[in-house]
Amino acid sequence: MNFVAPNISPAIPEIFVLSMACIILVADLFLSDRFRIVSFLLAIGTLVGAAFLTLSDMGGERVYTFSNMFVDDTLSDVLKLAIYALVFVVFVYSRRYTQDRGLFRGEYFVLGLFGTLGMMVMVSASHFLTLYLGLELLALSLYTMVAFQRDSATATEAAMKYFVLGAMASGMLLYGMSMLYGATGSLEIAVVKASVAELGVDNLILVFGLVFVIVGLAFKLGAVPFHMWLPDVYQGAATSTTLYIGTAPKLAGFAMLVRLLIGGLEDLAAVWQDMLIILAVLSIAVGNLIAISQTNIKRMLAYSTIAHMGFLLLGILSATPNGYSSALFYALVYAFMSLGGFGMILMLSRKGFEAENLDDFKGLNQRSPWHAFLMLILMFSMAGVPPTVGFYAKFAVIQSLVDVGLIWLAVVAVLFAVIGAFYYLRIIKLMYFDDPQTDAPIQSTVDVQVLLGVNAWALLLVMPWLGSIIELCRQAIAGLQ
Amino acid sequence: MMFFDTHLLSLTIWLPVIGGILVLALGGDHNANRIRWTALAVAVVELLLTIPLFTRFDKTVAVMQFQEKYEWISEFSVNYHLGVDGIAMPFILLTSFLTVIVVISAWQAIEKRVAQYMAAFLIMEGLMIGVFSALDAVLFYFFWESMLIPMFLIIGIWGGANRVYASIKFFLYTLLGSLLMLVAFLYLYYQADHSFNILDYHDIKLDLTTQKLLFFAFFAAFAVKIPMWPVHTWLPDAHVEAPTGGSVILAAIMLKMGGYGFLRFNLPIVPDASHALSGFMITLSLIAVVYIALVALVQSDMKKLIAYSSISHMGFVTLGFFVFNAQGIEGGLVQMISHGFISGALFLCVGVMYDRLHSRQIGDYGGVVHSMPIFAAFMMLFAMANSGLPGTSGFVGEFLVILGAFQANFWFAFLAGLTLILGAAYTLWMYKRVIFGKVANEKVAALNDVNAREIVFLSLLAVFVLGIGVWPLPLLEVMHVSVDNLLNHVSISKLPIP
Repeated sequence: MNFVAPNISPAIPEIFVLSMACIILVADLFLSDRFRIVSFLLAIGTLVGAAFLTLSDMGGERVYTFSNMFVDDTLSDVLKLAIYALVFVVFVYSRRYTQDRGLFRGEYFVLGLFGTLGMMVMVSASHFLTLYLGLELLALSLYTMVAFQRDSATATEAAMKYFVLGAMASGMLLYGMSMLYGATGSLEIAVVKASVAELGVDNLILVFGLVFVIVGLAFKLGAVPFHMWLPDVYQGAATSTTLYIGTAPKLAGFAMLVRLLIGGLEDLAAVWQDMLIILAVLSIAVGNLIAISQTNIKRMLAYSTIAHMGFLLLGILSATPNGYSSALFYALVYAFMSLGGFGMILMLSRKGFEAENLDDFKGLNQRSPWHAFLMLILMFSMAGVPPTVGFYAKFAVIQSLVDVGLIWLAVVAVLFAVIGAFYYLRIIKLMYFDDPQTDAPIQSTVDVQVLLGVNAWALLLVMPWLGSIIELCRQAIAGLQ
Repeated sequence: MMFFDTHLLSLTIWLPVIGGILVLALGGDHNANRIRWTALAVAVVELLLTIPLFTRFDKTVAVMQFQEKYEWISEFSVNYHLGVDGIAMPFILLTSFLTVIVVISAWQAIEKRVAQYMAAFLIMEGLMIGVFSALDAVLFYFFWESMLIPMFLIIGIWGGANRVYASIKFFLYTLLGSLLMLVAFLYLYYQADHSFNILDYHDIKLDLTTQKLLFFAFFAAFAVKIPMWPVHTWLPDAHVEAPTGGSVILAAIMLKMGGYGFLRFNLPIVPDASHALSGFMITLSLIAVVYIALVALVQSDMKKLIAYSSISHMGFVTLGFFVFNAQGIEGGLVQMISHGFISGALFLCVGVMYDRLHSRQIGDYGGVVHSMPIFAAFMMLFAMANSGLPGTSGFVGEFLVILGAFQANFWFAFLAGLTLILGAAYTLWMYKRVIFGKVANEKVAALNDVNAREIVFLSLLAVFVLGIGVWPLPLLEVMHVSVDNLLNHVSISKLPIP
């Protein structure tokens, strides 16, 4: 028996991020608070470097490595690039906010990078174990990030809830995976797929395992009825952490969903389709309805996230490549909308003041027409009103439903989209139709201003290039088959 | 000129949008005058730009003209596809003309956030022209929904006391209708073998149940927009709360999009369902014509009265469409164009009085003729036109629709004819109470007559109201071939051959 060194080249970005995270962890010890910015710059540099590494290796064949536990394909490349971009912007948006609140510490960036590493591993997993490893790496980083604001009671409570429920969800997922292992005799996703094709849809253990896997996934994504943790965590965590949780991990969650349900269990589509229909409809309904009665904008956006995850599931449940690529497009668009939305809340917050309540947006148009307009774009995009890109995301998902003849589901989705439009409109109403409660100037740094502007305007100006983006999503999904 | 011809529609759509952004960039209220002049310049250039659409239009063919087509989202075969026929083109001219009027009318009335106001109207102008010229369903939907955003802001920012309620009601009502239309588009997309080309939809075979469902999906969008009884309730709210310019655009153009939609989608795509449901449509139309006219009669708010009058007139339009003959449809179209001028003019008249007295209540006025004789003369003309006096544009459309209704059924025509009486009753009674009689109070006695700026826009409108009334031929000529072509489509059954 001779040892063959694994081909590490597909995992170079992961190795780079890991090494850099460790370097920052050590280097930060030797930095005084005045030079903390160095950690920040290193963290940002890491993401840029990882992006270069991923880009340089992009567009090739699908490559498996580490005994088929790790895969590098178009989907993983696209998602990783989006994750780098999202985390990069998250770091930039939250710099001033964290500085004001004493959260601007080396550990924050290290945890952020470890979370990123977890997401990267999830995105590239082709084995149940790798997937679980990535998931836990991400989840543990997130728990700690939520608890990071240790003198805040709400943050501690949120972290506790997040940890307990998250651990339970991981348990469910593991239990489901173990059943799948029992039925198929393998943890490798491609092998599982082959065995499932042989076993057929009537295998009880297989279906049982699938149920647990879906429960675990629904927990992680925050689909109703497994959504309870989400509003509390979003509201309780420091806004900079909410921003992190609300953006890139959604893409990782999507990847997990795709790797498991489509990569491994696509032959059971007839079974999971029904389950996803229930999850999706409940998420869209509950998310949109409860969001209406919220007065805290972070909580409102949390319920809006639940509704958006319902839409994401709608794309998946059509069980066609068209639907999967629509869901991918939706996930990407959603992550960037959410980035802008929470970025806006961060920007309006000042030292000693959290712009958390809806009323804090009152009269924003009079205080700063530019920022009000950016928020207007973001809100209309979330509501799915053209000309913003949010519309095309909803459009893509709904067309995939009509494609497979689920017209009633499409009608249900659009009806709840109208209900959802109400609470987004309310924010616009507060900004444009009401008078301001404060005339405090909006303090912000140039980098945030520029990025936030680009973030919001991109949702509008991406229009002519939509074709290429959707094409890219198609290719990413086609690479799976 | 080749470039000009093949890009004319794009130019007319995007020039005002870019102009609007430019106006926004001019910034705050401290240089309000520069903003106003820039906005006017953009609107006038835009008007000049749309005139070639009329002069270079070939009236003898029914094909789409000034077509432009580029690939947009190839994965869903969505194209940037524009073109106009004789049905759409007049509305584009109406839009560009009324935007100029709106910009002039807001000169003094709007003093806060002038740049945003002007920009909203300019951007909306481009988007509305887009609605009338889109030949791709997704593109149509894009313009159709986008234009809600500026209107929502216009009502909400510059509106009256109850503006928040009115603007949100307006937005959600229209959004609900449009989203059902979107589902219908997607269904047709798969039926038409992955095509969003509206013209391709004209040739799809569909069974009657499907046709009826599609009909109602489109109905949800267009009946809300035009609006038909009983889904009209957003309109009086929106009209009353909107600033004058908003009311003008809403009444003169946005409502017409509902009618345009019926002609572009319901009639040619689901003709069998249209025939099967024509009784339903005609009943709703006649209820609007008679019942809403009675509602208008008892209004004490002038804007509300004109809003109800609009609904009643739009009932006339849908009646004309669903009797399926050339007189009916052409009458409906002329009625829409003419109502664009008349309702716009009436809202501007109310605006002129409102700017001076800050009241829209009929009871607060009386004897205005003593202090504003020139204004009274203008308003007299528009009031007469609204009640369908021969020689004004209001008459042509109503007459043609009644002619068309006669061919279908005597009683349709009879009930429709009532509008001539009721319309005259509510319009002239309002006119009498506001303009004639004793001078109601000191404020009315102290009113200043219209100034030069107001005379300019009122007389521009008067020219068209009288012009179309006396010589409607150019307008009818433009529409004729396209309407015939449409009727041809409606008469062919789209049921699949068993």
